[in-house]
Amino acid sequence: MSTRLARGGRLIDRATAHEFTFNGKRMAGFAGDTLASALLANDQMLVGRSFKYHRPRGIVASGAEEPNALVNLGQGARLEPNQRTTTTELFPGLAAASQNHWPSLEFDVGVVNNAVARFLPAGFYYKTFLQPRAAWKHLFEPVIRASAGLGRAPTEADPDRYEQAYAHCDLLVVGGGIAGLQAALTAAGTGARVIVLEQTAHWGGRAPVDDVLIDEKPADHWVAATVAALSAMPNVTLRLRCMAAGVYDHGYVLAEERVADHTPGDGRPKKRLWRIRAAKVITATGAIERPLPFAGNDIPGVMLASAVRDYIVNWAVSPGDRVVIVTNNDDAYRTAIAVHRAGLTVPAVLDARTEADGDLVQEVRSLGIAVHLNRGIAKVKGGRRVSGVAVCAQAGEGAVLDEIACDAVAMSGGWSPVVHLWSHCGGKLIWDEAQAAFRPDPQRPPITHDGQAMVAAVGSANGLLQADEVLADAIRAAGGSGPAPKVHAPAEAAMVPVWMMPQGASAELRAKMWLDYQNDVKVADVQLAAREGYESVEHTKRYTTLGMATDQGKLSNINGLAVLAGSLNAPIPQVGTTTFRPPYTPVTLGALAGEARGEIFQPLRRTPMHDWHQAHGVYWEPVGLWRRPYCYTRPGESHADAVKREVVNARSHLGLLDASTLGKIVVKGPDAGRFLDMMYTNVMSSLPVGRCRYGLMCNENGFLMDDGVVARISDDTWLCHTTSGGADRIHAHMEDWLQCEWWDWQVYTANLTEQYAQIAVVGPSARKLLEKLGGMDVSKEALPFMHWAEGTLAGIPARAFRISFSGELSYEIAVPAGQGLAFWEACIAAGKEFGLMPYGTEALHVLRAEKGFIMIGDETDGTVIPQDLNLGWAVSKKKADFIGKRGQERTFLASPDRWKLVGLETLDGSVLPDGAIAPAPGMNANGQRNTQGRVTSTYYSPTLKKGIAMGLVHRGPDRMGEVLEFPKIWGGVVKARIVDPVFYDKAGEKQDV
Amino acid sequence: MLILECPYCGVKAEETELSPGHEAHLKRFGPGSSDEQFESYMFARKNPKGVHFERWRHTYGCGKWFLAARCTATLEVFGTYPAQTSEPPADIVAKIKARRPNWEGVK
Ligand SMILES: [Zn+2]
Repeated sequence: MSTRLARGGRLIDRATAHEFTFNGKRMAGFAGDTLASALLANDQMLVGRSFKYHRPRGIVASGAEEPNALVNLGQGARLEPNQRTTTTELFPGLAAASQNHWPSLEFDVGVVNNAVARFLPAGFYYKTFLQPRAAWKHLFEPVIRASAGLGRAPTEADPDRYEQAYAHCDLLVVGGGIAGLQAALTAAGTGARVIVLEQTAHWGGRAPVDDVLIDEKPADHWVAATVAALSAMPNVTLRLRCMAAGVYDHGYVLAEERVADHTPGDGRPKKRLWRIRAAKVITATGAIERPLPFAGNDIPGVMLASAVRDYIVNWAVSPGDRVVIVTNNDDAYRTAIAVHRAGLTVPAVLDARTEADGDLVQEVRSLGIAVHLNRGIAKVKGGRRVSGVAVCAQAGEGAVLDEIACDAVAMSGGWSPVVHLWSHCGGKLIWDEAQAAFRPDPQRPPITHDGQAMVAAVGSANGLLQADEVLADAIRAAGGSGPAPKVHAPAEAAMVPVWMMPQGASAELRAKMWLDYQNDVKVADVQLAAREGYESVEHTKRYTTLGMATDQGKLSNINGLAVLAGSLNAPIPQVGTTTFRPPYTPVTLGALAGEARGEIFQPLRRTPMHDWHQAHGVYWEPVGLWRRPYCYTRPGESHADAVKREVVNARSHLGLLDASTLGKIVVKGPDAGRFLDMMYTNVMSSLPVGRCRYGLMCNENGFLMDDGVVARISDDTWLCHTTSGGADRIHAHMEDWLQCEWWDWQVYTANLTEQYAQIAVVGPSARKLLEKLGGMDVSKEALPFMHWAEGTLAGIPARAFRISFSGELSYEIAVPAGQGLAFWEACIAAGKEFGLMPYGTEALHVLRAEKGFIMIGDETDGTVIPQDLNLGWAVSKKKADFIGKRGQERTFLASPDRWKLVGLETLDGSVLPDGAIAPAPGMNANGQRNTQGRVTSTYYSPTLKKGIAMGLVHRGPDRMGEVLEFPKIWGGVVKARIVDPVFYDKAGEKQDV
Repeated sequence: MLILECPYCGVKAEETELSPGHEAHLKRFGPGSSDEQFESYMFARKNPKGVHFERWRHTYGCGKWFLAARCTATLEVFGTYPAQTSEPPADIVAKIKARRPNWEGVK
């Protein structure tokens, strides 16, 4: 069993006990414990189930690489799934629950998957997708859905606060072990601004656990002194609990700081996302120990050798009374020594090598511990907990030579440098034969803006596993020259790669050798993938799901790669690695969102009349970042009723529309007319001062991108109205051409959209209202249709544009934004006697559709040219050039054989479904039904009391009167006749009075 | 996230301040051009792994378009210069040649 030792534990404070619960069971630990160490201290080795076979899973590691011990942490709104117990600091009242099991951790129904494991081979998902659809739907999916998934997603909004911070430095050091601290000390001594990030809550890394002596003293002393020295330097920032998630272009680094994870609810932000720009990055990220592939290596109680010694030394937790060590290197002998020192038993060290007599091996032998060479584990015995191991010759096929009773196995397959951050932005790796690991290739580092190396790896992250080499490496990488502190470390002999144990293992054993614990990928699965033709490591990864779990293969990738290389008979470096992508460990979405949630998720654009709308029954419609009134409801009224009322009232009396969101771009200068003739398809240079003209804008491809009314303000000034969503885009489009193509033209543009409030006064009584407000002549004679005039209305300076998007007598009045509300309220007050009602965007749409006016984004979709919309009259034939002219000359656009705008009138008066498509006879090359038209705008017309629609129909205008059938989503068809798209006032008399 | 120095305002702008604008130094073909010319102008854009000339706009800064020469593979920036330039400036070309001796040159 696992238990708390009576003495020791360099990180725990025995004076401060913390109570916590696991699956509702009350347990106790100490301040300084991780949840993993506290669980082990309470003999809770079984902590979860694997994803596919629901195999019992125990704690394997002691850090960020842990694949198994993930829990649902917290409750209610603070529930967080998939939290690694090995990196979760214990706090009083912590509540954790295991995941991926039903009905209980101890008895799990999903374990039947285990019994049918041979039916769930590598590529299971790919293969079942190829089965008949019915088999997937009725057979596989329900079973998999019921048992799949790791943690539970919280159902309540996150009550915690997250923040983001920016930092800049000359050197960012990632990793607070002895390598990182030495590099920081060296660089800071030159005056450089240095930031040091350490993902755990403690400085020092592995050295203090591994008995390293620096300057004749235990490493702890040097670590404390160095941290103290760094803390005293004003140019150094130290951050614990801060994980560098990714290295990006030009020294940009994202890091997640766990500010209050261990002190929940104390008012501080739960996490802080650091956005750091570093001139240079040093990764001192250490190395991760590899498991050994032997049968039963996933049974709870089998742990990494380094983890076993971490639990003993750091937290005074014994993972077991009898710990068998199995290794291919000298480092694991440190674990034998630690176990022995703790007063526990090491029945044997099984060393796969044929020779071993390094300093550590000799020390272990001198302690009286049995060391067996050329030995491995044939099989681990036990179910939910290790009960023993069957010993075999590593060189053989697995014949059992001996059995050893034990309750824990400490395994070491060698160490892999943590090269993630080095690799994120293009750093390349080389294969280190001696360590059997990939390490950073110093000749091919990630490059920054000036072509120099952006990242340097130091210490174990650089493949240097001997402590005496590490400090010198750190000093060199940080640009220092002085001597390194004297480090005492025992001499270690070479490791020997072991990718399978024993090397000639039978198929039965290979099917029980786990590579990826979380996703249940075994040696046999990777070998099967290779036999089925998966030669690329990227394909094998996706086919087998190796390394695709939440741990991203920190323990499994190299072993899996080696097994694949072995199956393909190729050298490991030739097979290559999969791509390392950020984040290094999962980052909480809350931290990425930071403060950008709720009201400040994105900026809200308000027109000057926003608050008036809010106070008068508005139902908002988001239009880009704007909010526009969709309609104004009265008590008891539905939205549809309100829209009908607003439409009818505008046609019969008087309507008022807040049109302030319309884009307003001033174009001015000696070459402004010439420029606008290039921007618009029609001629704007000839527009007389005081007149308005409807204009179309196309992109260079010839497709319609925006429309609006242009007014000539003065000899050298035009005012271009754009669509509400188009102002910024069109302004940018103009600037692009002015700056990059016709930079010698003298033109100035300004986007004045927010400088003016714009109010449409619409309906038969529009003129009467403006006359009542008084101040300028708005008669037909003084201000005819498609003219504009400047003056005052209700004492407010105003421009009145005689334009109509409704077909009614209409004025659009622009006033300074600051006086928009005053003008609006003046209209409301004066309009009472004329029956004035404000109307919203939906009534606007119905009014324009009744008139057959197109709307950018409804009738256009980026593939529509003006001629498709019967707007050829607005495309100049005389102009030598305009943006889009050459594009429209291409044969397929110039052809009459296109889908064109028509009106659609249902035979039964119903409203056509939006986006409905009219099929045509036959099939296309992809075996899909041919089509001949689609609905682009469709509304109920209160004016005509029936459904009206516009659509694009193949050669539509030539087919007037023809009836098309539009299938409805839930069956049946709607029949609609092709008609003129102008449903109301075809002659245009009402707007021109 | 790249950092590019805006040649107008001198700001070392982070990518979030900038809008990308695809290949630089395109020659516009309008009415009267052949189908082949128009196609090459509209669609045949270079996408090299290596030295590339690009348009960028300092959108959330001074609003000006500028051009950048950089390596798309290593993210090395050889220089930025005003958009009112019809071919890469000689000093930038010289710098690229020094850094990339095998570079095929401006085509
Ligand atoms: Zn700028």
